[in-house]
Amino acid sequence: MPVNKKIRELQEKRKKILLGGGEQAIEKQKALGKRTARERIMALLDPNSFIEYDLFVEHDARDFDMDKKSLPSDGVIIGSGTIYGAPIAIFAQDFTVAGGSLGLMHSRKITKIMDHALKMMIPLIGINDSGGARIQEGVNSLAGYGEIFFRNTISSGIIPQISVILGPCAGGAVYSPALTDFVFVVDNISKMFITGPEVIKTVLGEEISMEDLGGARVHSEITGNAHFFAQSEEECFEQIKRLITFIPWNNTRKAKAFEPGEPKKTFDLEKIVPGDPTLPYDVKDVIRAIVDNSDFFEIMELYAKNMVIGFGRMGGKTTGFVANQPLEMAGVLDVDSADKAARFIRYCDSFNIPIITLVDIPGYLPGVDQEHAGVIRHGAKVLYAYSEATVPKLTVILRKAYGGGYIAMSSRHLRADFVFAWPTAEIAVMGPEGAANIIFRKEIMSSDDPESVRKQKVEEYKTKFANPYVAAARGYVDAVIEPKETRRFLLHAIEVSEHKAVKVLNKKHGLPPF
Amino acid sequence: MNETENLKVLNINSSLYKTRLSKKFTTRKPYTPADKKSIQSFIPGTVLDILVKVGQEVRVGDDLMILDAMKMQNRLKSKSKGIIKTILVKKGNKVSKGTLLLKLK
Repeated sequence: MPVNKKIRELQEKRKKILLGGGEQAIEKQKALGKRTARERIMALLDPNSFIEYDLFVEHDARDFDMDKKSLPSDGVIIGSGTIYGAPIAIFAQDFTVAGGSLGLMHSRKITKIMDHALKMMIPLIGINDSGGARIQEGVNSLAGYGEIFFRNTISSGIIPQISVILGPCAGGAVYSPALTDFVFVVDNISKMFITGPEVIKTVLGEEISMEDLGGARVHSEITGNAHFFAQSEEECFEQIKRLITFIPWNNTRKAKAFEPGEPKKTFDLEKIVPGDPTLPYDVKDVIRAIVDNSDFFEIMELYAKNMVIGFGRMGGKTTGFVANQPLEMAGVLDVDSADKAARFIRYCDSFNIPIITLVDIPGYLPGVDQEHAGVIRHGAKVLYAYSEATVPKLTVILRKAYGGGYIAMSSRHLRADFVFAWPTAEIAVMGPEGAANIIFRKEIMSSDDPESVRKQKVEEYKTKFANPYVAAARGYVDAVIEPKETRRFLLHAIEVSEHKAVKVLNKKHGLPPF
Repeated sequence: MNETENLKVLNINSSLYKTRLSKKFTTRKPYTPADKKSIQSFIPGTVLDILVKVGQEVRVGDDLMILDAMKMQNRLKSKSKGIIKTILVKKGNKVSKGTLLLKLK
């Protein structure tokens, strides 16, 4: 056969496979507002950067007439490309081919690209759109999932792993995303659950729609399983690309540095934060007043809003921000916010990203539900995560830093490298009202006018202890600074800690209070 | 932040903070102490068999019902001693977790 004929043969073969599940199935996919797997890869990666592997892979299942079925590429596309020049390994399940169901060869393609990503030390992005296990392939399908979960786990903390849920992702399949660093969901398209509405209805008689059970909003607002919420696939891809600019390729590198830029003048730190510690404000405005170009990329925006986490740049370098949000639930620590902060701190530590913590915390949320939900164990995650982290840890106490909240929020005692406090800071064992009520109980109770004595004692306590100077006198605070000096001090601290080295005692691994 | 917003007050250690409250917080179920005389389903499932009758005396640990759930026949045991006052379900009923099944007196 002449060479050109052989080339044409290849072209024909490719053309056939590239059509995936065929025109009808593609139409169906589009009717749901979804793109095809290949379109998604092309939309996400830099133009012309994608190289596909294993186009010709096919299943060899025999039972249930599977030997008569051809499934192009076995329902998943794998390969590599770039995002803003950064190398990326990627897989995308193709719902048009047997509902993106996972059989043995389908899973082998996924594990191949996972192995590749880990070997090359580059980020892995997985686009999930699958009906679940390919039942006809029986235990081989389960084996496939297990092999994926194992690789997710051993790659964790070495290469960034990003999961994008662009369709159903049910049953065991949801555990791969849950093991990865960041989960992206799109309204009306993403569905994640362990047992679906049908099963719940049969077993329990409870009726619930797929959207209300495990839609994008549910996982972004209630469960905390998703980190980024978008209205469309397009918006979702923009979010992923943006995230990629903030993170390094792997845990031996630092994120790419950008040209530094000053924050916008519209954010005036002296005006954002009210002097009265019981009045709220938006702590994101404080971050925007500090960070390069006032550009803050928030993570888990809709979940546990009383804790704000996300990335920004300081002097061009990626920095993680953790901040109490007085605007929501007074900025308390509770089960969900502790979980949210702890995991992010560990992410930053894994990938060499310095952490800036902005503190304005009244304490823990009281309540039976909190105690019974295990706030002790969950709250302890924050202590563990900060103590364990060896990346530069910079703390700014804006206002309240009371009690356990003070210790937990990257205090000196958990080895913060720099602790700065504003003159408005109140670093104390508890708020003046609570403290005065306990310490001066007898005097207040035995007085003829308890209310005025109480007020007087609260004032006394405020003057004496509700300030940054008691802590500064012990060196727990390195410097009391004016709000407008914050950026300058932080930039300096980041500079100084660029080559921070900490010796960690050898251990197999610790036991964080999961 | 919206200055005109109607914020709520949250009491943390005697200090009153002006803030937004989360949906999870405002819709949380207030705690009620467990009533040992009211037997509830501890697992969602189907009532396979009822082993007691109204008026019957039971002791702590006695089997009251068998619940078919999660591919298992689960025995529901009495948490206190007493006399069966009412039985609120029938054989074959599907029950969700927390459904009141019977009452003791």
